[in-house]
Amino acid sequence: MADFLLYALLAGLPIAAIAGPLGCFVVWQRMAYFGDTLAHAALLGVALSLFSNLPLPLAVAAISLLLALMLARLSRQPQLQTDSLLGVIAHGSLALALVLLSVLPLPPIDMESYLFGDLLAVQPGDIAVIATLCLVIAGLLRRFWQRLLAITLDSELAAAEGIPVTWLRTLLLILIALLVACAIRIVGALLITALLIIPAACARQWARSPEQMALFASSVAIFSVIGGLLLSLQIDSPTGPSIVAVSAAVFLLSRLRPATI
Amino acid sequence: MSTLIRLDDVDLSRDSQPILQHISLELASRRITTLIGPNGAGKTTLVKLVLGLIAPDSGSIQRQAGLRIGYMPQKLVISHSMPISVRRFLALTGCSAAKVDETLREVNAYNLRNKQFSSISGGELQRILLARALLTDPQMLVLDEPVQGVDINGQIELYELIAQIRDRHGCGILMVSHDLHVVMAKSDDVICLNHHICCHGHPESVSKAPEYLALFGASHASAIALYQHHHDHQHDLHGDVINEHTHGQQHGAN
Repeated sequence: MADFLLYALLAGLPIAAIAGPLGCFVVWQRMAYFGDTLAHAALLGVALSLFSNLPLPLAVAAISLLLALMLARLSRQPQLQTDSLLGVIAHGSLALALVLLSVLPLPPIDMESYLFGDLLAVQPGDIAVIATLCLVIAGLLRRFWQRLLAITLDSELAAAEGIPVTWLRTLLLILIALLVACAIRIVGALLITALLIIPAACARQWARSPEQMALFASSVAIFSVIGGLLLSLQIDSPTGPSIVAVSAAVFLLSRLRPATI
Repeated sequence: MSTLIRLDDVDLSRDSQPILQHISLELASRRITTLIGPNGAGKTTLVKLVLGLIAPDSGSIQRQAGLRIGYMPQKLVISHSMPISVRRFLALTGCSAAKVDETLREVNAYNLRNKQFSSISGGELQRILLARALLTDPQMLVLDEPVQGVDINGQIELYELIAQIRDRHGCGILMVSHDLHVVMAKSDDVICLNHHICCHGHPESVSKAPEYLALFGASHASAIALYQHHHDHQHDLHGDVINEHTHGQQHGAN
């Protein structure tokens, strides 16, 4: 196997595996727009990384985490129109990043690889960072799984039972921020939400329990990464969109079968 | 009988609109306290104060140390995007499977245990939520409109079940309701709320209190003992009577 293909798989598979369960929460909690906002803002992290020579995942993680905390604060104020606000932040930060990237004295970059991902350009150094971040996300998800399910089912009931709802919501945003930091190289800022949502949406059709849905979602995501990678090699298409296209195809196929519920 | 929760002169405003004023009340073990009042009277807000989900602007709320409260929300907006069985939902409380099954039997919902949440009806959901509240082994049960969306026979059954639970577990119960008469038959105390406590006491005495009659209309008083009734008027958002009807009119959903 060519080295670049091995690296691509080593980087892509942990991300796909973790996108399964995390994506389920994004679907259950209707956080798609939150995910999108974090992903768009990740481009600010790209600018920061190029400007300060920080490693890309670290810079993106720093910016995404900052934003996740900000969003957690904002979402506590129900009188604000959350979706408009998210729109402002998502597009505002994307625009700011594009402006910064063009005016700052930075080395010329391939913008497309950040917007749409370039899994085949992954370096061995990236893999260690990605693997570590994915392990951290997996560990935290496992640790708080039951309580995250409880706040997802009904936050008020959970709060009445003494579960720290606000903190757990923030944790979920932080986990998504960390995944964005990993995944920006794989599927790109514009398609990260797709990698979270589409496999989870496929899995809903077959699952009878939250864990099953998470497992099925991981499987679909892994299948999509492998399939997308092969497709991209075969027809020389960009990797990110190829991965998302494969998962969208799986989704369409999953709708052809009658739902279990 | 011991006092579990005591509210003393509690005030709460939102956006400089007073929602609750001068609320003082006591919730005790083995007593069913029913909170009634028109839409927008602040019932759910008062429940949230009792649960400790929000804090009052002034006044004090004392809870017995280590008090375990079981809460049954008005409704549960379960997103159908999560596949989950009734049993699993109840196991999220951290209780053993045996205890979950036992509690499901207690609320006559054992046959629902393997059903998916997305496929249960309104009345079934109320029983499951009641089971969930019981699983915390509560000393105090807070039930926000427990019979909402349940037909009249189901309501009587559910209220009898609640009274049985009180007898069996010895817990205090705070119940919110629109539906005055069915509730009152099983209550020890009735609190009639319209931003402030209009009147309170034994169901019989409340039903004759002028404040109650002013809020809910005189025809209710005579119908107290019956398990069915007609509302004869509606309230606007401030709880004022806005029109008179002859039959079958219900208070709007809260």
